[in-house]
Amino acid sequence: MKADAADPLAAQVWPLGQDEALAAALLAIDPIGLGGACLRAAAGPWRQAWLDRLQALLPAGTPLRRLPHGASDSALLGGLDLAATLSRGQPVLQPGLLSQANGGLLLLAMAERASADTAAKLASVLDTRQLHVQRDAMAHSQSVQLGVVALDEGLSDDETLPPALQDRLAFWLQPPEPASSEQEALLQAADLEEPQHTQAAHDQAEQVQAARARLAQLPGLDERQLKALCATALALGIDSMRPPLLAARAARAAAALAGAAAVEDEHASLAARLVLAPRATRLPAPDTTDPTDSADQEDAPEPNTQPNIQPDPPPDPPPAPQEQAREQDRQPDESQESDEPEDRDERPSDEQLQEMMIAAASASLSPGLLAALRAGQQARQSAGAGGKAGSAHKNLRRGRPLGAVRGELRGGARLSLLATLRAAAPWQAIRKRGAAPAAANTEGRRIAVRREDFHIMRYKQQRSTTTVFVVDASGSAALHRLAEAKGAVELLLADCYVRRDRVALIAFRGSRADLLLAPTRSLARAKRSLTGLPGGGGTPLAAALDAAHTLAQQIARSGDTPVLVLLTDGRANIARDGSPGRARASEDALAAARPFAASSMSCLLIDTSPQPQPSAQALAQAMRAHYVPLPHADAQGLSQAVRLAQAA
Amino acid sequence: MAYTFPFAAIVGQDEMKQAILMSAVDPAMGGVLVLGDRGTGKSTAVRALAALLPPMKAVAGCPYQCDPQQPGRCCQDCQTALASGKRLPTERLAVPVVDLPLGATEDRVVGALDLERALSQGIKAFEPGLLARANRGFLYIDEVNLLEDHLVDLLIDVAASGENVVEREGLSVRHPARFVLVGSGNPEEGELRPQLLDRFGLSVEVKTPADLASRVEVVRRREEFERDPAAFCERWEAQAEKIRKNVLAARKRLHDTLIPDAARHKASELCMALGTDGLRGDMTLLRAARACAALQGSREVGAVHLRQVAPSALRHRLRRHVLDDTGSSTRVERALAEHLPESAGASAQPG
Repeated sequence: MKADAADPLAAQVWPLGQDEALAAALLAIDPIGLGGACLRAAAGPWRQAWLDRLQALLPAGTPLRRLPHGASDSALLGGLDLAATLSRGQPVLQPGLLSQANGGLLLLAMAERASADTAAKLASVLDTRQLHVQRDAMAHSQSVQLGVVALDEGLSDDETLPPALQDRLAFWLQPPEPASSEQEALLQAADLEEPQHTQAAHDQAEQVQAARARLAQLPGLDERQLKALCATALALGIDSMRPPLLAARAARAAAALAGAAAVEDEHASLAARLVLAPRATRLPAPDTTDPTDSADQEDAPEPNTQPNIQPDPPPDPPPAPQEQAREQDRQPDESQESDEPEDRDERPSDEQLQEMMIAAASASLSPGLLAALRAGQQARQSAGAGGKAGSAHKNLRRGRPLGAVRGELRGGARLSLLATLRAAAPWQAIRKRGAAPAAANTEGRRIAVRREDFHIMRYKQQRSTTTVFVVDASGSAALHRLAEAKGAVELLLADCYVRRDRVALIAFRGSRADLLLAPTRSLARAKRSLTGLPGGGGTPLAAALDAAHTLAQQIARSGDTPVLVLLTDGRANIARDGSPGRARASEDALAAARPFAASSMSCLLIDTSPQPQPSAQALAQAMRAHYVPLPHADAQGLSQAVRLAQAA
Repeated sequence: MAYTFPFAAIVGQDEMKQAILMSAVDPAMGGVLVLGDRGTGKSTAVRALAALLPPMKAVAGCPYQCDPQQPGRCCQDCQTALASGKRLPTERLAVPVVDLPLGATEDRVVGALDLERALSQGIKAFEPGLLARANRGFLYIDEVNLLEDHLVDLLIDVAASGENVVEREGLSVRHPARFVLVGSGNPEEGELRPQLLDRFGLSVEVKTPADLASRVEVVRRREEFERDPAAFCERWEAQAEKIRKNVLAARKRLHDTLIPDAARHKASELCMALGTDGLRGDMTLLRAARACAALQGSREVGAVHLRQVAPSALRHRLRRHVLDDTGSSTRVERALAEHLPESAGASAQPG
């Protein structure tokens, strides 16, 4: 049975890791029950290899539909087929991608950009296996059973598939950790090669077929196995109840693949590794894992030291017999490892099974995840979920299309022609009848559109952040400080393209504040205008704050979120009207600071003086700014602090 | 036929279950808003509500399932018929629990021109929408915080007036749309407008169970259900029947359940202490306490009932303090400890 379980893996046809290949096989066996998979990888040979593998394993004719990013509701859910409706004189529903993918898989392209809204629609179909469409004067319900394969190309931690959907997909797969250049070359070679082992692939597809047939007859997991899966999920800090359930289904699929009569512990263990481990948000408490085991991992450059769980067997261009031999070599190890605590006849106790499973799952944590967990960070799946929703706002002119609503063509709104025609369509017969016969004649076959039919487009725009640096260029330390600010601006700009952020710079000295750099995301432009900036003179803090406030308001009006970073020691000596004098200047500065507090703008005050200054603290308080004393600010430290402020 | 996971088989989540039962006992209290983490069975519980509701009597063939006993709440056609002294044929119907799917368009929600007849015969006729179907029943919105703004506006208005008005190009229809709003969502995915929050009678927060035993039980039952839904539902039928009977009995008891003045005072005191807006907090709190008492077979509302329902009846009605980040639930708990302490339970009950 053991050999059977591993057999499909033996046929290494594409440069895929063992676990990834297994995940594809399990998903092909039960695409609907397992919900699908999330592939977090750039478009490339690995992703393509996995998708090809999956497709090869699915029964011929299984629908695979690709849902492009930003697809409209009518494309996704279905809607009125305008042309057919008008020509046939009766409402005709145009099925959406969801009903087209019924019985198969839906590929979600650019999943990291998918909106919570799209995710919720997919999630609801995955949950209820029903599609309810209430659109365009039509009501339609049908049973829709499908799995979702999310192609997540996100790079940073806050670019992920919406968690609501992630939660419902059994497998989270990532390409092997950065391969060496040789491995890369091999991968590419393998990619170019025609898959020669069509026979092996064919066999595997047949095994999957047989497993699909067996799945329905398989009994469920026993109490111990369920308990072990739940305990593992708990130990790995997985809160949601779906992952253990998905793991249970994966275990059944694995048992079906192995041709077993019931789900064995090894299948449950495998499921824990494939489904639960990638979702870990914490390391299991030390008492549940073997301490030496985790110590091993810490030192190990490779994620796993255990022989059985190599996520990326060296991607030799696959000559099958050799590969098979390798796999067979590996099998004894595998059975040895997972059977270790037990004797074949005597089933491991609840605790033993739990420990085994937790150890197996934590052994397969990817090094990146492991490092993140060690550092006490939240794992990627739980981070960055909340922030997105609030920062988007609806817009009539710019952004991603959000569908059409009935409305007037005012304020620059754009007409949604299709939606307007759709709204007008049902009325045509009535309007023609109502019109004077002469008018009806001249109009002929034209479509009568009236004002009530007008639909306008709406767009959703992600608010980007504009960071405004306000730099004190007065006095002796000015030049130094200014250089730091410039460095920070450049650093922030260097990665702002990814986050679509902008940066602006105001410097103040003598009697006035100057806008040195208008809001920009161009690094080149910023560099050009930042060279050669003079320093020295008085500290017109009030004027600087006024200028910053005006700029911030402009930014907010243009639809961005301003973040203010003020670098000063807070010791104003030029009043608003340009006259010298410390007392009045401070008063004016505090007065100028208050509007910031009222507007609840996110502000950061960096105290650049050698010792923290009470005047700077008072100013920060008046502005309700975060106060950060940073006497030896370098560009790096500065940009770090700013990023924290932006996140807050 | 599609099976829904039986209500009786839901593990734990007592506050949520209690709230759903209460709104089944007294729909006038307003619906339930279930907020919580992913994978806690929010929508499972709400979808199971339909099976708990005893059938209702309605005018046969009326698209708004009008109640012949309440002519004042009937649609135009039924009212005219009733006024002329006709006896309308009635039928027993399941209480509608209507799903408002995400991506629904406005015309399907409020109702629109009957497309079929308009296209084929050129006849201007009204085809009732989801609001009509939900009349006298429940309207369920999953992921309520993702609902489009213009639909939210519409719902807020209709939920308050109990009437849906459609005016478009000579199509002028008004029909009753009294429904109980039930929603679920994940608070991480966006805030709800206070006006919409106010339309929900109760709001409950659900968390995933933290203890292994109940987690295992959840997974086990779910797995069994999915392998053989028919057999699973049958196994839970006896339990389900018990709950249905209890709801039915509580409905009968409801109007005989007394609300003593002391309880009214306590309820208002609590709401004042928490600074809830308007009087809806007080009223919902009392109605919920009465439904709770009826469910538990008590003859009158006591402090014990108020204490049970206060968090769900009030937590979504608090104004947010700018400087206070304390969660609403904690604030209700604190106010409860102060105004309705556990030990002084008897004081709210007059002799």
